[in-house]
Amino acid sequence: MAAGVAAWLPFARAAAIGWMPVANLPMPVAPTNKNKHQDEIIILNVSGRRFQTWRNTLDRYPDTLLGSSEKEFFFNEETREYFFDRDPDLFRSILNFYRTGKLHYPRYECISAYDEELAFFGIIPEIISDCCYEEYKDRKRENIERLMDDLEDNKDSKLPNMTFRETMWRAFENPHTSTMALVFYYVTGFFIAISVLTNVVETVPCSYMPNQRDIPCGERYTEAFFCMDTACVMIFTVEYLMRLFAAPSRYRFMRSVMSIIDVVAILPYYIGLVMTNNEDVSGAFVTLRVFRVFRIFKFSRHSQGLRILGYTLKSCASELGFLLFSLTMAIIIFATVMFYAEKGSSSSKFTSIPASFWYTIVTMTTLGYGDMVPKTIAGKIFGSICSLSGVLVIALPVPVIVSNFSRIYHQNQRADKRRAQKVQKAKLARMRISKNGSSSAFLHSKRNGLNQSLELTGSLEEDQHLKKTTSLLESQHHHLLHCLEKTTNHEFVDERLYEQGYLQTALQNFPSQSPSLSSEEGITGTCCSRRTKKNIPPLSATNTHSHTHNLQELSALHIQCGEQHPLNTSRSSLNLMSDESGSLNCKSSGLVTTAIISIPTPPSNNSRANPDAPPPANPDAPPLPNPGTDVVRISAL
Amino acid sequence: MSAPVKRTQWDEDPTLFRKDHGLSKKVLLNCCLVRWIISWASPNKKDSVEDELELSAVRHRPEALELLEAQTRFSRKELQILYRGFKNECPSGVVNEDTFKEIYAQFFPQGDASTYAHFLFNAFDTDHNGSVSFEDFVMGLSILLRGTVQEKLNWAFNLYDINKDGYITKEEMLDIIKSIYDMMGKCTYPILKEETPRQHVEIFFQKMDKNRDGVVTIDEFIDCCQNDENIMRSMQLFENVI
Repeated sequence: MAAGVAAWLPFARAAAIGWMPVANLPMPVAPTNKNKHQDEIIILNVSGRRFQTWRNTLDRYPDTLLGSSEKEFFFNEETREYFFDRDPDLFRSILNFYRTGKLHYPRYECISAYDEELAFFGIIPEIISDCCYEEYKDRKRENIERLMDDLEDNKDSKLPNMTFRETMWRAFENPHTSTMALVFYYVTGFFIAISVLTNVVETVPCSYMPNQRDIPCGERYTEAFFCMDTACVMIFTVEYLMRLFAAPSRYRFMRSVMSIIDVVAILPYYIGLVMTNNEDVSGAFVTLRVFRVFRIFKFSRHSQGLRILGYTLKSCASELGFLLFSLTMAIIIFATVMFYAEKGSSSSKFTSIPASFWYTIVTMTTLGYGDMVPKTIAGKIFGSICSLSGVLVIALPVPVIVSNFSRIYHQNQRADKRRAQKVQKAKLARMRISKNGSSSAFLHSKRNGLNQSLELTGSLEEDQHLKKTTSLLESQHHHLLHCLEKTTNHEFVDERLYEQGYLQTALQNFPSQSPSLSSEEGITGTCCSRRTKKNIPPLSATNTHSHTHNLQELSALHIQCGEQHPLNTSRSSLNLMSDESGSLNCKSSGLVTTAIISIPTPPSNNSRANPDAPPPANPDAPPLPNPGTDVVRISAL
Repeated sequence: MSAPVKRTQWDEDPTLFRKDHGLSKKVLLNCCLVRWIISWASPNKKDSVEDELELSAVRHRPEALELLEAQTRFSRKELQILYRGFKNECPSGVVNEDTFKEIYAQFFPQGDASTYAHFLFNAFDTDHNGSVSFEDFVMGLSILLRGTVQEKLNWAFNLYDINKDGYITKEEMLDIIKSIYDMMGKCTYPILKEETPRQHVEIFFQKMDKNRDGVVTIDEFIDCCQNDENIMRSMQLFENVI
């Protein structure tokens, strides 16, 4: 419950008078305010600066230092004030939290100092209000990253007892860990460079003799180039197989981008080996050789910057998509316009709209080759508009991509995403916690037997020892919820019990008929015996088992209107305590309810917990008119 | 054409545009065009400013403390405490229905308290002006906490009688009871069935409606409640709330 509305609790309780005339059950006793002294102003002296506030304000959050009795440790007898040797500036926001119910994070403060203050005063940072929460989380993340960067330099200490496979994998991933790894790293790098160079040089024309036409070197020194290619592919194959062997999860390794690049780099060679020198397929074979250029991507293992570029492009997918989309739109528009503008002129190169695409692209990117130029006046006007807009369209998304790149260069991209997911989850968790906090507090106190079905003439002794654990505010709120339960004749339960109860009632629809039938015969003996029989298993059975039995007993119990049965179990003693000759309907149901609710505790506790709940005297309980399955539900509370 | 002037305020008075240009038709047309573009681009500027002024003007100051002390049964100190809490949650001095619903819903996290809060709001808003001021609030509380049993029952009757015609019909009662059950939420034991509110209404009418005419009048209501010990006892329940 937000403490800001604590002041409205008296109003909510007063408004509960509206339920009284419709309630059929008597209401529980209201918790009394034992220490009814007038609300006083307490003085908090924080390093010399005196803050003053009402005591009630601080009591709103009883699980913090200032709201609990922990502050008595800081009480100064001579000056009759509470002295804290902490930072007074930070204390301001902490005290404001009590006043307004919202915790704010001042932007000019250091994040770790703030965290320390919160920890000192027992306030969890998750309740920082939304206006300051993003800022707080950002600063905290930066701080943690800075600490982690310092730590990472001291990491990479060799763990003992690593298998050969693990050593290999670590060597592959972090080449600077051992000299062998470094050597391997440089060797593979060298061979990648050689391979790329070979591919390039292959196509350079080197003349054999001055008067012969130029043939590319590849065709002149076929064997040499073939040997070079083979050597490189050998090295790459060996490297790939070794990585595959060392990978902790082979399947995941095979799906990773780097391994796909490796495979694509070496596959053309093998395909070329397999294929014969058939004329038909040699064309396709030549195409395959293009893929050899992918070997250059293997450099990305060697260069951090290349990897980051890849990540940037991946992360800016939306901006790139927007750039592409807007460019396409502009190209189509301008190509159409240019085509129709130039249609009139003779010998125009703008033969069709797709033909105009080339002109538009060249103009918008300000290349301006000049192979296609407009000749009409309208064409020239639109051409100039085209080039101006090209500059704009391209200039807009590019800075975003650039800033992204620089950001990622300084941070780890993957860790960011993981942490972002955690923030989102934490935020949802916060909202859920605050929502469930008050309801679970009520259910929790019910389960511990603190909320007893005392009625208005109930005893006051139990009252006293329940005050120690809950604050007055909480107990008043719980009393309000208890009144609502009594008004509607239903109980609050948590999700788990609700689902259990839901299943049970679905199951009980048929079996509930039989006990009622047999009880209508009026043989109390049978009912007694059945009940006694059923009471023995719960003590030894599991919780859900006893739950089932309790429910069956419920459906059996309700029909005995106005009859008392001497039972020889714990529940029987409760019935006897009632001393009523009146109907047992709501009374007995009141008993069994508390038993049901305390199911999570072991069954032996039932007998102890139940005596605390004397059945509510209900002489005026209206007799339920129509028997049937509905009645089972209403009275079986 | 005049030299372009840097315009910092786009919502100037449009009559300024008409003033004293005296230049060519083209200028006038351009100005109209510009004006039209401005008004199209920011259509609600004027309305929103006025709206904001209206909202800030709704600041209610309550009657003097002595007057309230005379009108209600609270002591000066109690009124001070009440007002501090009230003003803390509603700095403007009045509660409108949405704020009221929000505040009331905080006390019942498991269910939906909005319907009942709506009925409560209507019961507190005695002059039916759509907002509950501190006087309304304190008058209501005075009846509920310090009033005689007769007054409390009167208040409860007023709450149940949704259309304030002096009779509680079964439909009105069904609405009220349903809203109370709504506050329980979904996770109850036993499971809330469809017919439970209706049965509750039946029980209520059997108890209250003496002449079986299908409605409960104020006299039947008060009579019956005074004969019911439980209800009498529960009316005294919240006397020590403040």
